[in-house]
Amino acid sequence: MRHRSRWSVCTLVVLALALTFAWTVSGVAQDKPRYGGVLTFVVPSEPPSYDAHQEETFGLIHPTAPHYNTLMRVDPFDKTGTKPVGDLAESWTISKDGLVYTFKLRKGVKFHDGGEMTSKDVKASYDKIIFPPAGIKSLRKDSYDAVEVVEAPDPYTIRFRLKWPEPSLLLNLASPWNWIYKADILAKDMHWYETHIMGTGPFLFVEHIKGSEWVGKKNPNYWDKGKPYLDGYRALFVSSSAQQVAAIRAGRAHIQFRSFSPPERDQLVQALGDKVTVQESPWDCLNFVSMHHEKKPFDDKRVRRALSLALDRYEGSKNLSKITLVKDVAGVQVPGTPWATPPAELEKLAGYGHDINANRAEARRLLREAGVPDGFSFTFKNRGIPHPYEPLGIWLIDQWRQIGLNVKQEVIEASAYHPMLKRGDFEVAMDFQCGFIVEPDLDLPRFVSNSDANYGKHKDKVIDELFQKQSRALDLEERRKYLRAFEKRLLDEEAHVIYTLQWHRIVVHSAKVKGWTITPSHYLNNQLDTVWLSE
Amino acid sequence: MWKYLLKRFLLMVPTLIGVAVLTFFLIRVIPGDVVELRLAGDRGAVSDDVLKQERARFGLDQPVWKQFGVWMVGIARLDFGTSMWTGSPIWDEIKLRFALSLQVAIMATIVAVLLAVPLGLLAALKQDSWVDYTVRIFSIAGLACPSFWLGILFILTFLIVFKWLPPMVYTPFWVSPWQNLQQLIWPALAVGYRYSAVATRMTRSAMLEVLREDYVRTARAKGLVHRLILTRHALKNAMLPVLTVIALEFAFLIGGLVVTEQVFNLNGIGLLFVQAVAHRDYTLIQALVMLVAGIFIFVNFAMDVMYAWLDPRIRYR
Repeated sequence: MRHRSRWSVCTLVVLALALTFAWTVSGVAQDKPRYGGVLTFVVPSEPPSYDAHQEETFGLIHPTAPHYNTLMRVDPFDKTGTKPVGDLAESWTISKDGLVYTFKLRKGVKFHDGGEMTSKDVKASYDKIIFPPAGIKSLRKDSYDAVEVVEAPDPYTIRFRLKWPEPSLLLNLASPWNWIYKADILAKDMHWYETHIMGTGPFLFVEHIKGSEWVGKKNPNYWDKGKPYLDGYRALFVSSSAQQVAAIRAGRAHIQFRSFSPPERDQLVQALGDKVTVQESPWDCLNFVSMHHEKKPFDDKRVRRALSLALDRYEGSKNLSKITLVKDVAGVQVPGTPWATPPAELEKLAGYGHDINANRAEARRLLREAGVPDGFSFTFKNRGIPHPYEPLGIWLIDQWRQIGLNVKQEVIEASAYHPMLKRGDFEVAMDFQCGFIVEPDLDLPRFVSNSDANYGKHKDKVIDELFQKQSRALDLEERRKYLRAFEKRLLDEEAHVIYTLQWHRIVVHSAKVKGWTITPSHYLNNQLDTVWLSE
Repeated sequence: MWKYLLKRFLLMVPTLIGVAVLTFFLIRVIPGDVVELRLAGDRGAVSDDVLKQERARFGLDQPVWKQFGVWMVGIARLDFGTSMWTGSPIWDEIKLRFALSLQVAIMATIVAVLLAVPLGLLAALKQDSWVDYTVRIFSIAGLACPSFWLGILFILTFLIVFKWLPPMVYTPFWVSPWQNLQQLIWPALAVGYRYSAVATRMTRSAMLEVLREDYVRTARAKGLVHRLILTRHALKNAMLPVLTVIALEFAFLIGGLVVTEQVFNLNGIGLLFVQAVAHRDYTLIQALVMLVAGIFIFVNFAMDVMYAWLDPRIRYR
């Protein structure tokens, strides 16, 4: 009897070991990229032109990025989206004074027409971005003000000489917009890339049917041997969010790379269960409130602070995150990224403390002190976009009512909104910002006094100096110190603007999609070279 | 007859010019412009220099009268210019969408005619019977249900019951008839049903009116076969108002299926129209309005010709 039971135990142990081994092996097999298949994804908007140097919409990046490489890129597996790695650059060095960045380029990289990519192409592309000739627009040239010259000393070396040190340059060179174009084509026609595709990327261009789809197929001569894994991809242009959800639900598409709202996520998870994977991240997009500094009483910082103190951000986060695209309470940088504000410091800013009664009592005191009567009325202008503008607008109005303000909301049609902000035709308005990499130098220039996007028209030399100091500080701790001071000045002492809640990105995709990692930016990770389909 | 047709044809020209003038100036009254919308993107920050440079590229820095003149000269040469949003020639933007919208309109018209004429006729002939009541309920239900709502019901049924969705990309009929029909039959049914409801009611009331006319009574008194009375005398005369309804609905369908196209993700003229307005793409809006106006005017002209053919009194007046 004892003998038999010993045998049973042994059998069970062997069985358990065998199962564990089989499970591990299948796990390993699942993690090993599989070749083949066509990835289908939906894109909520469509590219205006094909030239990323002059465009500003994910509608271009999502379908078109797989055709191109950049000099540097953001590590596709880094969830913070802030770690630069080489794309066409194999290695790089930075001089001690931070004024010279030298990159060694990969050899044997071919354009889709068979021509070899060299430093001449990188220089021509960056010259177009940083020093565009007359008649050529480059939307992000201002963020390369520090660059004095781009040099190509030999075919596989590219060098950036700076006028002043700017530690954010390396990350800025990983910008997903800075596609490397062919120098010979640019020399003949600088506008050619607005209507044509010719890159070095993992996928070749097949066709663009306007309003319908964009198709790419595997580049068999891709320089990164073994990649891409997919045979091709199809980007379907679907503007209605209900149709995007339906496409995933019916298996017509695998993924939508921008974001779904929380109710859409819940709907897909409920319908498809473990057939879908949900990836979420704080999003490098934000709605903030601009107050016109030349209109009374918003010229008074006590009034602006009161408006920020009235907001119960933590309660708002809890409730709004169930219905719309916002979640985290954050400072001037996305939570979880290197320059984010630690929670202990965040709580010290006006309107970020947990004691909402004390905050609102202080807000009422400030309003009284500024001579603003109880029941004071003003108009809050909001943009006519459902998510997250409308729920955020309703929330703000409710919060301001709690301190005795009577706020009327005026919803402006989306197309007319930006011109309204530029004209300064508002007292208090919803403003917005979306970044492509979480980096103070890329996210915060709009708050400098002479910025074209300073719609509230504040004039603040201290802010301007702090921005410049943080931008040029080579020591990380020193930079962090200036950044915190900038934040305190912007959101607390002067309360030039009021941050609401950080957007929250939700990507629900077919569980078959592997090798794709969410980051805080919907402009990143669209090259598709690492993506594969498990079935 | 020819004089009548020529007169009708020449009337089309001032109508089109009037539409062109109204469209050009009205669209510029709406706040917002294509340059700011396109360049503001998601980040919302763009320098004034870039905006100025881009406005100059599109000629938007020129006086309005000059812009209008350039556009009118283009129209005279049948050159509608390029889209301010995409930079592509206008015809490239329109042609595929037009083919899709035209096919949906034709299919919906076929559905509507196949339903409306027999049902309307039946209801008129069996007036106040259970047949008439059934047809009336069917047609009133069609009038009461917007086609996009019916479309949503189709989509939800496919999705929830059959876990299926019609194809999301348009395939021309000559490339793959099966793929094409899988996508377009549903919007054609949804739109065709509402369209048939209008035409059924019109057929019924027109038939009832004609059946009471003296010449029908005379035909009956002469002992003419019932089928001949209906087809040769009654139906032909009753078709005049029905044809008007069908033709106008057809013209409307080319550019008016905005919500239905959204529901079925159809890359048609209606959706393009909405996008063009949202983008303030002046050249595209102008071209689309001219296209739709041209279709309406042409359909009206065709109707006039048809009237003259069906009713000789009109051409000899």
